[in-house]
Amino acid sequence: MALVDGEPLIRWNWVADHLQDFVDLTGEHLFLSLAPVVLGLLISIPLGVASIRWSWLYPPVFAGANLLYAIPSLALFMLMLDLTGLNSRWTAIVPLTGYTLAVLVPNVVDGLRQVPASVRQAATAMGFGTWRRLIQVELPIAVPVIMAGLRVATVSSISLVSVAVLVGQGGLGQLFTDGAQREFPTPIIAGIVLTIILAFAADLALVTAQRLLTPWARSRKGTA
Amino acid sequence: MRTHRWVRSFAVSLYFILALDHITASTGAGEEVGRLITFDGVTKRYADGTVAVDDLDLEIPTGRITVLVGPSGCGKTTTLRMINRMVDPTDGVVAIDGTDVRSKNPPELRRGIGYVIQQAGLFPHRTILNNIATVPYLLGWDKKKARARARELMDSVGLDPAMASRYPYQLSGGQQQRVGVARALAADPPIMLMDEPFSAVDPIVRKSLQDEFLRLQAELQKTIVFVTHDIDEAIKLGHKIAVFQVGGKLAQYSTPDELLAGPKDGFVADFLGGERGLKRLRFFRELDAEEAAARSGDAGGPGPDGGPGADEKAGEGDTTGGSDDSPVGGR
Ligand SMILES: Nc1ncnc2c1ncn2[C@@H]1O[C@H](COP(=O)(O)OP(=O)(O)OP(=O)(O)O)[C@@H](O)[C@H]1O
Ligand SMILES: [Mg+2]
Repeated sequence: MALVDGEPLIRWNWVADHLQDFVDLTGEHLFLSLAPVVLGLLISIPLGVASIRWSWLYPPVFAGANLLYAIPSLALFMLMLDLTGLNSRWTAIVPLTGYTLAVLVPNVVDGLRQVPASVRQAATAMGFGTWRRLIQVELPIAVPVIMAGLRVATVSSISLVSVAVLVGQGGLGQLFTDGAQREFPTPIIAGIVLTIILAFAADLALVTAQRLLTPWARSRKGTA
Repeated sequence: MRTHRWVRSFAVSLYFILALDHITASTGAGEEVGRLITFDGVTKRYADGTVAVDDLDLEIPTGRITVLVGPSGCGKTTTLRMINRMVDPTDGVVAIDGTDVRSKNPPELRRGIGYVIQQAGLFPHRTILNNIATVPYLLGWDKKKARARARELMDSVGLDPAMASRYPYQLSGGQQQRVGVARALAADPPIMLMDEPFSAVDPIVRKSLQDEFLRLQAELQKTIVFVTHDIDEAIKLGHKIAVFQVGGKLAQYSTPDELLAGPKDGFVADFLGGERGLKRLRFFRELDAEEAAARSGDAGGPGPDGGPGADEKAGEGDTTGGSDDSPVGGR
């Protein structure tokens, strides 16, 4: 993309005229990037739990999630087109969900694995059943590690959504194609800035949520 | 949005899982669990072939402290865990008041048996108060009652009430052990299993934990099975001591007095002190007498007549019995 001579990097009046578009696109972008994270979490928790219970399951699950990650995103979006079509948000959401698994499944597994054996045994000895122990003891203790994965998954999902613009979705990504087609840099710059702000805000929200959810995790030393 | 429905059905199934757990919980009352624990020809062979406990016959008396002692790997923890079914025997029967423990559903059985684990094993994500109230919550007690009970126990084990809202990482090792003991006592179980509860703290803290534990037990008179690899601790705390040797064989089962006076074989003699011989033996006897005097009320309530537990130890009680340097002497 070559800049037209004399075209400023940012045209502020264009920005001012399109504020409502920015809001809409940002909302759309947020939905398209967070829905996969939520779905990914709902899938990776049972997958992670199963991988702990039946340890033979973990290598194939881990490899599968990693391989998914290796597929170029554009190719995956294109493949989805055949299944879901140009007008469906699922075209973006399904592949992005797949990508979050590569981060979230290992984090759920690691989080559960680092529950100290003495804590797990104490829970058993107190009379927790298997499910109750999982939900009330093991998963809560795994939260900091799962949250760390959630942060990575969220930020990378926010950045990846833009690619889906090529299959008709993509939120703020539309600003990039718009700018590129018209050789007009302002929307591109605006898109980049908004994406960064969005990623930063989402990360901040997650950190805050974690602080509130796990006041006990300020320091892990001395729990032994 | 379809995801909305998924979330709902997930939440609903979660609710049912918890509710089911809860229903089974409230039918399992801790009170009806008996007190006399018997091992009858019990063997535990792990999947890899290790024989952890070998043909064990043992009768653990009601209302007393019975100590399982022996070198690392001799099967103490395995023996302890066969009582609350964290381990099931390969052979033989473990019974509480004549009822095979295997006739009970494990979570229910366990809610009626206190367990103190080495390293305390506190729940890092729960406050001290909620850690202590764990079993009452599991038993479906009213929240207020469970918390009141937990506060009462903090007092019994000597924890500052200000610690109620702290998290485990904010406590010292010794304080964590106290929380572990309080947590095991919360639902007032008649039986307590304690697996090296004081081993992770320094000797001074350990001594005070032992002393307070004895004072508490004098009031509560639980049936306690106490595991340690420290013979000093065994002699200080035990009314009866079971000495195990590697391979899970019971080498000797007797009162501390009998043990010191007549170790059955070379292994027990070695374990009691080996080369340090008589000198060490005398030390034990002094300690024993002192503790016997201090604990004169521990089995039969207050009064010098004591109970059978005191009698076992009183034989050694000479003039040192009156010494006042024991912090628990006043009891
Ligand atoms: N789950 C298991 N699978 C296989 N072998 C086991 C298992 N648990 C314990 N063992 C073995 O059984 C034997 C007894 O173990 P146990 O934990 O009961 O000993 P212990 O007396 O409590 O030892 P320590 O003082 O070190 O805690 C040991 O040889 C141990 O390696
Ligand atoms: Mg052990």
